[in-house]
Amino acid sequence: MLDTIILVLDSTFRLSTPLLFACLAGLFSERSGIVDIGLEGKILGSAFAAAAAAYVFQSPWIGLLAGIFVSVLLALIHGYASITQRGNQVVSGVAINFLAAGLTVLLGQAWFSQGGRTPALDSASRFNNIELPFADALADFPVFGPIYANLISGHNILVYASFAAVPLVWWIVFRTRFGLRLRAVGENPSAADTAGLSVTLLRYRATIICGILCGFSGAYLSVAQGAGFIKDMSAGKGFIALAALIFAKWKPVNAMFTCLLFGFLDALAIRLQGQEIPGIGEVPVQVFQALPYVLTVVLLAGFIGRAIPPKASGIPYVKERT
Amino acid sequence: MSKGQLPRWVDFGLLPALNLIAAFIVSGLVVVIIGEDPFEAVKWLVWGALGYGEGIGYTLYYATNFIFTGLAVAVAFHAGLFNIGGEGQAYVGGLGIALACLALDRFIPWWVTFPFAIAGGALFGAAWAFIPAYLQAKRGSHIVITTIMFNFIASALMVYLLSNILIPQGTMSPSSRNFEAGGQLPLLRNVFTSFDFGQSPVNLAFFLALAVCVVVWLLIWHTKLGYEIRSFGKNPDAAAYAGISPVRITIITMLISGALAGLMGINVVMGEQTRLLLDFAGGAGFVGIAVALMGRGHPIGIILAAMLFGLLYQGGAELAFEIPTISRDMIVVIQALVILFAGALEHMFRPAVVAFFDRFSSDTAEA
Repeated sequence: MLDTIILVLDSTFRLSTPLLFACLAGLFSERSGIVDIGLEGKILGSAFAAAAAAYVFQSPWIGLLAGIFVSVLLALIHGYASITQRGNQVVSGVAINFLAAGLTVLLGQAWFSQGGRTPALDSASRFNNIELPFADALADFPVFGPIYANLISGHNILVYASFAAVPLVWWIVFRTRFGLRLRAVGENPSAADTAGLSVTLLRYRATIICGILCGFSGAYLSVAQGAGFIKDMSAGKGFIALAALIFAKWKPVNAMFTCLLFGFLDALAIRLQGQEIPGIGEVPVQVFQALPYVLTVVLLAGFIGRAIPPKASGIPYVKERT
Repeated sequence: MSKGQLPRWVDFGLLPALNLIAAFIVSGLVVVIIGEDPFEAVKWLVWGALGYGEGIGYTLYYATNFIFTGLAVAVAFHAGLFNIGGEGQAYVGGLGIALACLALDRFIPWWVTFPFAIAGGALFGAAWAFIPAYLQAKRGSHIVITTIMFNFIASALMVYLLSNILIPQGTMSPSSRNFEAGGQLPLLRNVFTSFDFGQSPVNLAFFLALAVCVVVWLLIWHTKLGYEIRSFGKNPDAAAYAGISPVRITIITMLISGALAGLMGINVVMGEQTRLLLDFAGGAGFVGIAVALMGRGHPIGIILAAMLFGLLYQGGAELAFEIPTISRDMIVVIQALVILFAGALEHMFRPAVVAFFDRFSSDTAEA
């Protein structure tokens, strides 16, 4: 029984990681007042760039950098459209998603001729699992041993990085001057402007951070969890992350728990596929797949607490002129 | 003409054309990056879409889908609502159409089934738009987010229904059974035998799409409801002050929008496939966003934009066949760039154009 639980929780961590990166990415963007439904596209773009670069340079780290670079580039397009040109942020996000979906396969096919895939990565060009110290020695210890050896130890570095990012993001958003200003432009940009802050610059910085974090998420998919890029490999993770962000009410620690919950549902769906649950019978996989979205809609409806977005999110800021 | 204003033909003709040209130039650059000749690509694209009867048939077939979804997005736009859930509404609408066809196809001819299928598609599509609409109107949850969520819920629901309920016994692929003749729309190649449509699936749904365009035009610009929808879209506060109920307009507009998206299945489910297939909407709901933006929310513009995208979809298939390095995903890239330039960056060229016309008009004033 304990083994099964550990197994499910173990895959929960692995499945939560890309969601968590993307969710924290969205947090920066939306806290600054930029609605970002282009998370999905940035993850996909990064996954492709990371896999391609990791293959060419035989290094996961160069892959990660390439992923971040492409993701930031896409974020800057979104930033230019929604901050400088004051365009519709939802429309721009939709465009980013399509751009990534099309370009990744198109370029993948043109460069590698494998039907839009990138060549499979060997273990030297991937982020491999790390054994934490004493994992073997402690494995036989009752209860704590298997938890430490199988659950906490044995993930790749990006899994640890995603969870380490949570307190860091919390500290930046709620305890630094930058974070205060970021939240200010998201809630009341004209007040921030009056105080002498550049709304434009702050929002650009937020979108760039958003790009960096989405870069991690994409690189995780293709060079850590997977071994190469596959067409549409983000498979809606950007949208689940968006749902998680709303569910978490735009707070980093909540975001972590929500991503763990959504990751757990995913892990459970895989685990329970074709199995009977005592007393309920076989639950269709689709129930688990739809559950994150249903839960988010229920939350949005205000039946379990209220999700109130940053006040200025989605509204382009027009500087007052005399 | 006062300073800073543009003549109508510039606003509705020149600026969209500039945006479109920018999108095509960047698409051309992508082709260059791949290492192919963009002019060669355009040649194959246009030839594949318009060069022969079957190509034209396919172009019209795709355009039919995009007219429905484009109208769906456009009607919501008029009320200031962003219905990004056209994909899910079209998908669920297809279920309504399929149920009508499955129930009736063995007993009555297609033209009796047809109105039931239309009603089924519109009803199911509208129903799928209802909950996001209600939540937006009554509980203030953002319609963009809820409609995105409903796309995914629709997808999960339909996979379940197709692979567990609607699948005929003894088959493995998740789809409904084939409709009999009573559930099949006549193909244009069998109606207009004098024109060679080849094997293309363009069917009577094309004329339904055109008729719906007229209905939408009448509704938006020539009825009280249309006036209320447009007023609400322009200024919700002023509209509410004038006695227009925001809740009522939001819900009614979204129901109409969902119904229009739901009708898309008439073309695919009843016209082409004659059965309900997994993921038959295939992204047409999202193309509708590009079509509505390019068509500026007007049915005439939407028909033109839908034709353009139909041309891209069919021509892109031909192009991928002739130049294999340019796969069909090129269409997705072009679509993305059109959404970007015609939608999010729609005002990018405006200042320059305004400056140009200001100088031009002051020159003539002095002369």
